[in-house]
Amino acid sequence: MGNPKTIIDVNELQTSFFTSKGEVKAVDGVSFDVPSGKTLGIVGESGSGKSITSLSIMRLLEDPGKIKGGKITFQGEDLLSKSESEMRRIRGNRISMIFQEPMTSLNPVFTIGDQIAESYMIHEGLSKKEALKKSLGMLELVGIPSPKDRLKAYPHELSGGMRQRAMIAIALACNPELLIADEPTTALDVTIQAQILRLINNLQEELGMSMMLITHDLGVVAETCDYVAVMYAGKIVEYADVETLFKSPKHPYTVGLLKSLPRHDIDQDELEVIKGMVPRPDQLPQGCRFAPRCPFARDLCRDHLPALDNIDDKNQVRCWIYSEEWDGPEVNVQDDYGTAQSKQS
Amino acid sequence: MLVYTIRRLFQTIPVIIGVTLVVFFMMHLIPGDPAQIIAGERADEAQVEQMRDRLGLNDPYYVQYTRFVTDAAQGDLGNSVRSGRAVSSEIGARFWITVELAFYSTLLSIFIGLIAGIVSATRRNSFLDMFIMIFALFGLSMPNFWLGLMLIQYFALNFDWLPVSGWGSPQQLLLPVITLGTAGAAIIARMTRSSMLEVIHQDYIRTARAKGVKERYVIYKHALRNALIPVVTVVGLQFGVLLGGAVLTETVFAINGLGRFVVEAIRMRDFPIVQGSVLVLAMLFVFVNFLVDISYRVLNKRIELD
Repeated sequence: MGNPKTIIDVNELQTSFFTSKGEVKAVDGVSFDVPSGKTLGIVGESGSGKSITSLSIMRLLEDPGKIKGGKITFQGEDLLSKSESEMRRIRGNRISMIFQEPMTSLNPVFTIGDQIAESYMIHEGLSKKEALKKSLGMLELVGIPSPKDRLKAYPHELSGGMRQRAMIAIALACNPELLIADEPTTALDVTIQAQILRLINNLQEELGMSMMLITHDLGVVAETCDYVAVMYAGKIVEYADVETLFKSPKHPYTVGLLKSLPRHDIDQDELEVIKGMVPRPDQLPQGCRFAPRCPFARDLCRDHLPALDNIDDKNQVRCWIYSEEWDGPEVNVQDDYGTAQSKQS
Repeated sequence: MLVYTIRRLFQTIPVIIGVTLVVFFMMHLIPGDPAQIIAGERADEAQVEQMRDRLGLNDPYYVQYTRFVTDAAQGDLGNSVRSGRAVSSEIGARFWITVELAFYSTLLSIFIGLIAGIVSATRRNSFLDMFIMIFALFGLSMPNFWLGLMLIQYFALNFDWLPVSGWGSPQQLLLPVITLGTAGAAIIARMTRSSMLEVIHQDYIRTARAKGVKERYVIYKHALRNALIPVVTVVGLQFGVLLGGAVLTETVFAINGLGRFVVEAIRMRDFPIVQGSVLVLAMLFVFVNFLVDISYRVLNKRIELD
């Protein structure tokens, strides 16, 4: 990835849940970095480990989740060796997070103003009065109409879109260096989604933050991100800049995801789907984790896990097809995907 | 808030009417003729009839009911059959003793119950949690007259630390308040624990942590305020149980409160006293639940009355 200035560098992160039935690997050796001022999209289906990755960075995993290994370097500082109180000074101040559910992510018994002001009071040591004044400014910044009244409103008095704006105001209050947005628009109406995305984009530019955007929606990625990491079953399977990924995806899973998007330019009777389901993290296949669903899979894939390799300047792919060990016929994943898939069943 | 309070106040009216109806008909439904009892067993038919006339028992029910309500509203609850004194003055002082006993017991159970519940929830499945929950189970299962007797046995008789009975001095308060408050503390502890455990996994708690809020404030500010909402309801309902329990506790500790007085009045068939006491206690219960609903609204702004 080798960008000169990175804001955060995640290296071989391993996060597991230790349940009574044994260890469940939710994130299994994930590495990426976010270049300063840029946006990295992390894409994957539910259960791919993308949310756990972001909670690991914040060190907000709940029991029985534990970070087992790896390194997270934020602005040159090792996050995993920080004490809880040191982490607290980073959370909401230098790294902020927006969550998926605006309906439940705000505390129902406190006013919007109180909830934004709390950040200023914790991290900047402001008095309640000063903090509320700055909160008003934040509400204006995120485009909430009649912000003075909203300051005294309770979450239930706001619509979903307004609540997400309030969440953004909370997250951005202390001018964080990195914003982690975990499915920020998933729970919203389509028209509101576009507004919120535009807002996040504009604010990112205005405030010069770096961002990690976690989503399962490739449309959102295309609109917002500079780089994309595609996750599947706890591992990154492809990493590229956004243009490359959409133009020439390499991993069969990425290709399948792109093919499953509805298109305007051609007539489609039916949407393409990737057959099968994401494996449960406690029942991971032995070889490539996508092999059971991959139309190109061979014995090599089923028995051995491929590494994430640079295949040219732009793409990093975790797939045997691009390796020297590949023992099957030559394939062009993008062109042959459809035919291979129809043979698969 | 003011509108809410006023509307909630209006909602108590049908309840109060219901209470007066029940109390009124209770007198007519229980066996025994009040006129006969008041006139005495040796009174002849004419005397009983005369008494019935004087008590207005020959009037139609609605006339009697209206009279009962208008008199009660003016503080006139009739006269005791036995002493002949006004029911309101007989009840007066005793009523305040019971209110005091119930009030302190409620305070104690809220105080102990909340602390125990929070500690239990934040240290779920620890030794301390188990200890508290077992203790709470005991607290719940113990009949309070037995607990009262045990406390008297040990703290008053064996160790001679506290007085056996009576009411008034702080030392005299202690044992009855513990006796009456223990069950409530146990219920509140269990309720607080389960409510906290539910709240602690909500998204907004994660938001608070993501903001960098100290764990102590996450628990006591962000979680507790939400967890208290169901607990407050329990406190209100518990108050009714407490008034019932007060009867036994007052008996065990020989406290001259309303509870014990009612029991005696029932035994003596002193109907006006029973009627007046039940009415006053029911009103108190309605009032406490009114307060509970108000505090409910303070805690939870989402509550609207329809």
